[in-house]
Amino acid sequence: MAENKPRIKLPKEAGKGEIVQIKTLITHPMESGQRKDADGKPIPRKIINRFVCEFNGKPVFEADLETAISANPYIEFFAKVEDEGTFTFTWVDDDNVVTTAQEHIALKA
Amino acid sequence: MKLPFAIAAALLCASVVLAGADEALKGIPAPPGHVFKTIYSGYQFRTAKTRALQDDDMQNPGFLAIDRAADLWNKIDGAAGKSCASCHGTAEDSMKGVGAKMPKWSAALGKPVNLEQQINICRANAMKATPWPFKSQALTDMTTFVRFQSRGMPVNVQIDGPMAPWFDKGKELYYDRVGQLDLSCASCHETNVGLHMRADLLSQGQSNGFPTYRLRDQRLIPLHERFQGCMHDVRAVPYEPLSDEFLALEIYLAWRGVGLPVETPAVRN
Repeated sequence: MAENKPRIKLPKEAGKGEIVQIKTLITHPMESGQRKDADGKPIPRKIINRFVCEFNGKPVFEADLETAISANPYIEFFAKVEDEGTFTFTWVDDDNVVTTAQEHIALKA
Repeated sequence: MKLPFAIAAALLCASVVLAGADEALKGIPAPPGHVFKTIYSGYQFRTAKTRALQDDDMQNPGFLAIDRAADLWNKIDGAAGKSCASCHGTAEDSMKGVGAKMPKWSAALGKPVNLEQQINICRANAMKATPWPFKSQALTDMTTFVRFQSRGMPVNVQIDGPMAPWFDKGKELYYDRVGQLDLSCASCHETNVGLHMRADLLSQGQSNGFPTYRLRDQRLIPLHERFQGCMHDVRAVPYEPLSDEFLALEIYLAWRGVGLPVETPAVRN
C-alpha cells in the first residue's frame, strides 16, 4: 500500500480565541484480534491505539483507541486558536507504525 | 412478471416502516416504458446515520481511496513512461461525465467495456503498464476516483444499437432464477423492495453508488464483486467478475437506475 495519507479538515484561518472544529480520517484496517481467517486461525490484532494532536508543540487533544473502533477511524474534535501556528497530528499503531501530518492555521486580521 | 401497482403499493407501505427513515423515500420518476414507476437510490433505504456518513466528504471513508487514486493518476507507470494525466490531463475536467455513461460500446473490441476494463485498456495500450487485477486496491481506487468525477450527474447508459443484445442478455440474467435458493435479482430487488430480509432493508438494487464503501466489509466494493456476493447468497455459482454475463447485467442494471445521480463513493451496509 502507498504511504498513508490522512485526510484533515480545519479552517485556514481563525479569529483569536475562536474555537475551530478539526476532522481527521485515516486509512487503517483496525483489526480487532477477535476475527478468524478462513482456516480458523485468529487474525492478529493491529489497531491504531493512540492519536495525538498538538498545536505549536503543546498538546491539544489526545485519544487512546481500543479494539471496538471500526476501520479507517474518523476523529473529530475542537480546538481554541489563540495564535497562528501549526497543528501536528500523530497516529500510532500496535506495531509502532507512526503516521504524522501537519496543517497550518493563520489568524484573521 | 410486472405488477406496477403492487410494487407502488408496497413502496408506499414500506415508506412508513423504514427503519430510521424520518420521511418518505425520495425517488425520481422513471421514464415511460421503464420497469419502475419511481426509481429510488439505495441511499434512501439506509438509516439517517449511514446517510450522514456518505454526505460528509470528511467522514466518508471512500475519500481515502479518492486521495490515493488522485496520486496514482499522476504517477508515471509502465514502459511508455506515462501517467493517466499524460493523456487525460486533470481528471476533474477530462473524466467529468464519463462514469455516468458506463458501460460504453467499444468499437475496437466489438463489445461493451465498463470502467474497470477501460482503465486497464488504457494501462495496457497507452501506458504499456501491467493491468491491475480486479478487486485490487489500485483498480478499485481508480474506478472510484474516475466515477467520482461524475458525482451528482444522472446515470445515462446507452442501450440501443450495438448495446441492445447486451441489454437483452442483462435483462434475461436479472430475471433468471438461480442457485439452490432459486432466486433472481428481481425476487428481492423488484418484488420485495422495502421489505426486510433478516435485518437488511431491500432496496431496488441500484448501481449508482458503486464502487460503494460497505460498512460490512469496511472497504470499497466494486459492482461485480457485489454481483458475486448476491449470487453466492442464493447459493448459485457466481459468474466471474468482468465476464460477459456481469457486463450485460451491469448495462441492464444501469438502465434500471437511469436518471439517478451518481453517488460514488456511496456508503451502504
